Amino acid sequence: MSAATHVRYELLRSFRNRLTWALSLALPLVVYYAVASGQRHAFVYAAGVSFPLYFMTGMAAYGAMFAAIGPGGRLARDRARGWTRQLRITRLRVRTDYLAKTLAAYLVALPALVLVFLAGVTLGVRLGAAQWLEMSGLLLIGLVPFVLMGIILGHLVATDALVPVMGWLVVFFALFGGAFGSLFNSGAMLTVVKGLPSYWLVHAGAAALLHGDWPAEGWIVLACWTAALVPLAVLAYRHDTGEA
Amino acid sequence: MSGFAWPRGWMPPSTEWGDLRTPGRGQPQSLTAPAAFLATTSAQQACDNHHYMTTVSAESAGIRATGLTKSYGSVQAVRGIDLVIAPGETVALLGPNGAGKTTTIDMVLGLTRPDAGSVSVFGVPPATAVRSGLVGGMLQTGSLPDCLRVRELISLVASYYPQPLDVEDVLRRTELSDLAERWTTKLSGGQAQRVRFASALVANADLLVLDEPTAGIDVEGRHEFWEVMRGVAAEGKTVVFATHYLEEADAFADRIVLIARGSIVADGPATEIKAKAGSRTVRATLPVVDLSSLRALPGVMNVERHGETVVLSCADADAALPALFARFPEVRDVEAAGGSLEEAFLELTAEPVEPRPKEVAE
Repeated sequence: MSAATHVRYELLRSFRNRLTWALSLALPLVVYYAVASGQRHAFVYAAGVSFPLYFMTGMAAYGAMFAAIGPGGRLARDRARGWTRQLRITRLRVRTDYLAKTLAAYLVALPALVLVFLAGVTLGVRLGAAQWLEMSGLLLIGLVPFVLMGIILGHLVATDALVPVMGWLVVFFALFGGAFGSLFNSGAMLTVVKGLPSYWLVHAGAAALLHGDWPAEGWIVLACWTAALVPLAVLAYRHDTGEA
Repeated sequence: MSGFAWPRGWMPPSTEWGDLRTPGRGQPQSLTAPAAFLATTSAQQACDNHHYMTTVSAESAGIRATGLTKSYGSVQAVRGIDLVIAPGETVALLGPNGAGKTTTIDMVLGLTRPDAGSVSVFGVPPATAVRSGLVGGMLQTGSLPDCLRVRELISLVASYYPQPLDVEDVLRRTELSDLAERWTTKLSGGQAQRVRFASALVANADLLVLDEPTAGIDVEGRHEFWEVMRGVAAEGKTVVFATHYLEEADAFADRIVLIARGSIVADGPATEIKAKAGSRTVRATLPVVDLSSLRALPGVMNVERHGETVVLSCADADAALPALFARFPEVRDVEAAGGSLEEAFLELTAEPVEPRPKEVAE
């Protein structure tokens, strides 16, 4: 089970990178508690939900994005060490490697989600099982473009520049996607930010709460980003490896 | 192997994964490429197999490179390399740093695309050979991936190949058993190099390509390394290694390909290269003479003129000197100097624009 071994070690390596893992889990939690614990009885009238619930959906999206982009960092380190070249003279297929990295991204993203949800519960958030599941499912689907972004950056950006580049990228998407609170509620800018995959990540929470308010637009935006990023990832791989 | 364990049997049995499953281990292991190839048969490889079998005859080359050329910007790294290596051969690519050895190896492995020319490995393009698990290698650059222990890394690499060697056995042979639980990032340079060697060895591939495999290893380590490699070569594997150590190429290779400035300057069995390396230089004052008539003398390989002095590079100075006196009685100031192995190596690989190094004993 060659592919299974590769996937297993890829997951093992991502869990063993404890500092990175712990930081990516802690970041959304810290921000969530810092902001929401003082306002646990506040109510967001525009959204029609309590502030801890409102902010929980945003921070879940933020933390998941952070976790999903992470395997790109391991790719960049392996690239800098020349290990990706070594892999290219083995039978390992690139798609197997990417699949393993995607699975690793999800296995880091999932606990990040769960922790933020648990934090929400401690601040009084109560939802039905179906709502938790729907929210989690939509969030995980919405992460696909971010996993791809991590792989692309891992191929193209030098390791020492990677942390700031990834940090900026995630904060940009989180901010304009509304993870810290929606910036635009109407007008042209709302239309613009609705084109961001992070808007739909944040919206996953709202969709679950409002019983399936997940318009076709959400699927289309995520599909378009994925469709655009997959060939970009292929190009990044070729650019990086010199394969034509 | 502690920590995370993946449940068994989780992998969907789709064709996507078909080619990555470990084939039956009970099958007899053959040393020849086609047989080993057949032994790795799985569903998806069937078509590759067919391609392989129809394009390669039994006596076909292990590696066939034709007119390989590669430039990086204005630097011509490789300028037209033609090379045929038979299966089972052990070949040293010998040359100074920057000669083009690594670029040549990268093209053979399919890591670098040649600007011109073509290369095939066991009769198929390098990428196909790599995908079939026929190629194992140890690249020159690079360190080991982090967050893994030595044994885990070797097991991981073993999982990429259809018929890997036993991991524990490889650890023993490369004297890594004591370091098996060590983190890959906590190794000395020589230990890391041994791990890289073990990861090339465990592949049990028909072609083993090693780029400067003993760089950073001490003398004793080198000895042990070549001891292990002798065993690999004796199993009939094709071994190609790059080195800039003359002694290493001499002691280990069946055949030495001497590369300088991106071209092959000599190619032959170690003994032949040594004969060439043992060439003599004859200097003489001979003002008016046609260089081509000098070149026609027996035992003379090359002729140069520096003012009134002519310099003859001789494969056989014993034959050249009497002929020189007989044909040109006016010759004066004749000096013959023997090049050491090292000097001749330098001579064969030196920049052509530079004057020949002074070899006259004064």
